[in-house]
Amino acid sequence: MRKAAIVPAFNEARSIAGVVAELQASHPEFEIVVVDDGSTDETAAVARRAGAEVVTLPFNLGIGGAVQTGIEWARRRGCDLAVQVDGDGQHDPREIEKLLQPILAGQADVTVGTRFAGDGTYRAPLARRVGIGVFARIVSLIVRQRVTDTTSGFRAMNARAIELFADEYPFDYPEVEATVLIFRHRLRLAEVPVVMRHREQGRSSITGLRSLYYMGKVSLALFVGLLRPRPALAK
Amino acid sequence: MTYSSGRLTFVAAFAVLVVLGVVIELIRRRRLQERYALLWIVTGLVMLVLAVWRGALYALADAAGVAYPPSALYMVAGLFVLVVLLHYSTVLSRLSEQNKTLAQRLALLESGSKAAEDGDRRAA
Repeated sequence: MRKAAIVPAFNEARSIAGVVAELQASHPEFEIVVVDDGSTDETAAVARRAGAEVVTLPFNLGIGGAVQTGIEWARRRGCDLAVQVDGDGQHDPREIEKLLQPILAGQADVTVGTRFAGDGTYRAPLARRVGIGVFARIVSLIVRQRVTDTTSGFRAMNARAIELFADEYPFDYPEVEATVLIFRHRLRLAEVPVVMRHREQGRSSITGLRSLYYMGKVSLALFVGLLRPRPALAK
Repeated sequence: MTYSSGRLTFVAAFAVLVVLGVVIELIRRRRLQERYALLWIVTGLVMLVLAVWRGALYALADAAGVAYPPSALYMVAGLFVLVVLLHYSTVLSRLSEQNKTLAQRLALLESGSKAAEDGDRRAA
């Protein structure tokens, strides 16, 4: 079984080496691909020195485009399992085992590590928690399953999900729409409680005006998505 | 009043709803990305509010010194269209910059593989 660890990274030179080293230590069987999303710092060079395969995008595509690049990389390599780990160090690679378990047991096609279902030590700022909560409710209604965290980029997927996402993945701020996509294509989603760390470097990219755009864009995508016919069952 | 503001409300609201419907349909058919539809939708919603809520339109006309309130509707529409156009100019600029980068990278990549082929041929 070929396994890929996809690490999207935009200007994460200070944390990327640590992430790669931790991945290698905890999961040596994974092929690590760092998708450098048009970074202007040393992210690519640092990641390469740390021993990861690096795919450098010619300009910044945004998280959706970067992740999809990694998924396409995994598909071309014939990987049947992929995990997605943020390059900023907030996802603890030792938690990957929890993400893989439902997939290896054949109970889910995609797993999402969530901060809210579990140990409950994560405290986001109020506005963000409200935003996440509202989308979690809406998405839960659409996918007819309780979803608590629609923003987590700590995910694992099997071959079917790799196939789907390589073909179709939302462009920017993709997590909410991807969750609905999983449901619409009749793949099985499981949320797994994980412990996340505080970001080693940097802050959330979603602040101020961008959060308005985020809310508008994601709401619009969800609404219009409901107007589309449900895709035929995947092979 | 010398004009029929009731009819104006109806015509303006109808026109806005048609535009919003077309925008939604374009997104649904994946011919328009959500990120480029947002400004149109905001424009449409503002126009819809002004068309239906006459008090707001009159207050706006009064504040802007527009004697004939329905003209304020045109004014607002014109402003929003300008914003949309300016936004597109920035998008176009970004795209042409990215297009240049892509062409350059591709050309360098191709000349690199051609050089490698030439090298192979010489070696053979």
